[in-house]
Amino acid sequence: MDAGMLDGNAVAGLLQEVFAVEVTTATGTCAACGAAGAMGATHVYRGAGFVMRCPHCDNPLVKIVRGDDRLWIDLSGMRTLEVAV
Amino acid sequence: MAGTAVLGRLTWKAAKVVDVVVETRHVKTITFDVPDWPGHRAGQHVDIRLTAEDGYQAERSYSIASAPDGSHLGLTVVRIDDGEVSPYLTDELRPGDRIELRGPIGGYFVWEPAQGGPLLLVAGGSGIAPLMAMIRLRAAAKSDAQTRLLFSSRSWDDIIYREELDRLNGGGLRVVNVLTDRQPPGWTGYGRRVDAEMLAEVGPSPSERPRVYVCGPTPFVEAVAEALVRLGHDPRAIKTERFGPTGG
Repeated sequence: MDAGMLDGNAVAGLLQEVFAVEVTTATGTCAACGAAGAMGATHVYRGAGFVMRCPHCDNPLVKIVRGDDRLWIDLSGMRTLEVAV
Repeated sequence: MAGTAVLGRLTWKAAKVVDVVVETRHVKTITFDVPDWPGHRAGQHVDIRLTAEDGYQAERSYSIASAPDGSHLGLTVVRIDDGEVSPYLTDELRPGDRIELRGPIGGYFVWEPAQGGPLLLVAGGSGIAPLMAMIRLRAAAKSDAQTRLLFSSRSWDDIIYREELDRLNGGGLRVVNVLTDRQPPGWTGYGRRVDAEMLAEVGPSPSERPRVYVCGPTPFVEAVAEALVRLGHDPRAIKTERFGPTGG
């Protein structure tokens, strides 16, 4: 266990900088294992950026890096993001 | 739960300190007034940003400990001796001071009275903050949701909100304190770390399908969530908020 691990909640503010909806209550489906769950339940690791990992298989779902004037968001680990509208 | 609300962009706001209360030796609650505050839900957090004279910025997230109350919100802050942000918040801020804050943030670790109970709340140290917002909202809304709070603190003097929790205890709310490091003479309560046996004794059984909220340092949350799943609680009903090794 990594004592620095956080939850999807921890990046809710960062995601709210760019998305018009509350992403932590949206359902993400892992591209690796197919498990679907609330983005708030993902495991978040902080380094140079943030990595949101699948709580079932540890696959990186989302990677977020902040530059001086931009956010770089890699969603390649996620098959779908389902948002209530 | 209601559909995901469209929020618009998150922007920094100037928050004015209106009150500072000493909770324990290391912990203070700072109440802010935030003009145009849209209101918050119990369990949400805010980001705080401090800017040094040379432009260096430090950001931290703090759970909102107060129930929704107009433009006011209370943050409970633990002073981390070598932290970048918390010593400033706990030592320097006085009523009338202003800092930058944005929120409310998050919709996952949230409880609404309409969701009802039973509730099992498990807190480690200052992890009580977002759970206290739920307990305060429950009282303010006169919710009858059956609620158990299992609250782990190091010692009697480290119990945050001790008197208020004591007052609220009873009716549908049961508060159970755990003292891990030091127990006062005559203490008959739990004197060890939270474990599966304790959770089974205090919490509703998995068959009652409680909504479970766990907040505290990451190792605490890991141990509690694992024990709850082992006891048979539905992992999807267990919501966690880990705040890392120390905070800051």
